[in-house]
Amino acid sequence: MALEIDGKSYETDEEGYLANLSDWTPDLCNAMAHADGTDLSDNHWEVINFLREYYEEYQIAPAVRVLTKAIGKKLGKDKGNSKYLYELFPYGPAKQACKYAGLPKPTGCV
Amino acid sequence: MIKKFLYLNRKAPYGTVYALESLEVVLIGAAFDQDVSLAFIDDGVYQLTKAQNTDDIGMKNFSPTYRALGDYDVNKIFVDGGSLEERGLTVDDLLPLTYEDEDDDWAEKPSIRVVDSGELAALIDEQDVIFSF
Amino acid sequence: MATLHTVNKSPFERNALESCLRFTTPGSSVLLIEDGVVGALRNTRLAPRIAQAMENITFYALGPDIRARGLEESRIIDGIRIVDYAGFVDLTAEHDRVQAWL
Repeated sequence: MALEIDGKSYETDEEGYLANLSDWTPDLCNAMAHADGTDLSDNHWEVINFLREYYEEYQIAPAVRVLTKAIGKKLGKDKGNSKYLYELFPYGPAKQACKYAGLPKPTGCV
Repeated sequence: MIKKFLYLNRKAPYGTVYALESLEVVLIGAAFDQDVSLAFIDDGVYQLTKAQNTDDIGMKNFSPTYRALGDYDVNKIFVDGGSLEERGLTVDDLLPLTYEDEDDDWAEKPSIRVVDSGELAALIDEQDVIFSF
Repeated sequence: MATLHTVNKSPFERNALESCLRFTTPGSSVLLIEDGVVGALRNTRLAPRIAQAMENITFYALGPDIRARGLEESRIIDGIRIVDYAGFVDLTAEHDRVQAWL
């Protein structure tokens, strides 16, 4: 599959995850979100940036449980809970946010 | 009921897929909140060497992911001292794996314990399930 | 709480059997299968090590794998018990856990 943005084509898997991490740009991220009907707020970006940093360091997209705990530690308890994260990313924080962040689907995520 | 799971790793990374497969099963299995231990013996100790660089072999370097194990509450990592010694390695050649101890004000503690074959044999005998890689 | 250890590689190809013997406790069992049955033969370099281990570990070897390789059962070290596939299943059920030395 491929994602068409501004006349350019980006390779993705069958669920829309970018095939090449290095293709990712903030514009592409916004475009993927718009395609799902989501406008990214600063709160969304906090999580997306966190995921990209986590991947950069550990070469893995964290499981939801790990993401929730780590967000709580970094951004505060009011954000480190699944209610907050699901409100931002109703299709599932790990799944949807990882997609926008240009990361592969989290290991063990179905 | 919480069961004791041991992942026993004996292969070097990259030459075969065992090491990566084991790591993926550990990460997926971590969702089940069991009592997990990892053991590295024989060439398995090479999975934990620091400064792995796979740029020129066209494979993903998955060694940084071992450092995430603490986040997944996997913090009992046993390394066979005899296997290190016969390969001319010491614990200083391994990734400095740590976890944050929830019961001790989140103090950062080392996850790796270098043990002898007797301790590992006893560890094997106390498991409910062993995943052999 | 006995452990069944299985070894499926020849001791002349891999260290699986030697490694297995380093990590077994008294009362454990070792089952040699596939190329691992080579480790059950008399007069090999490993035979003295097996003899020593047999003092407190029970050894088994899978008959079908021995015969498939043209190794007569008379060439197996005395005291190593030969089992068939049903015996393999029984051993698995009788022990508390299985560790496979690959």
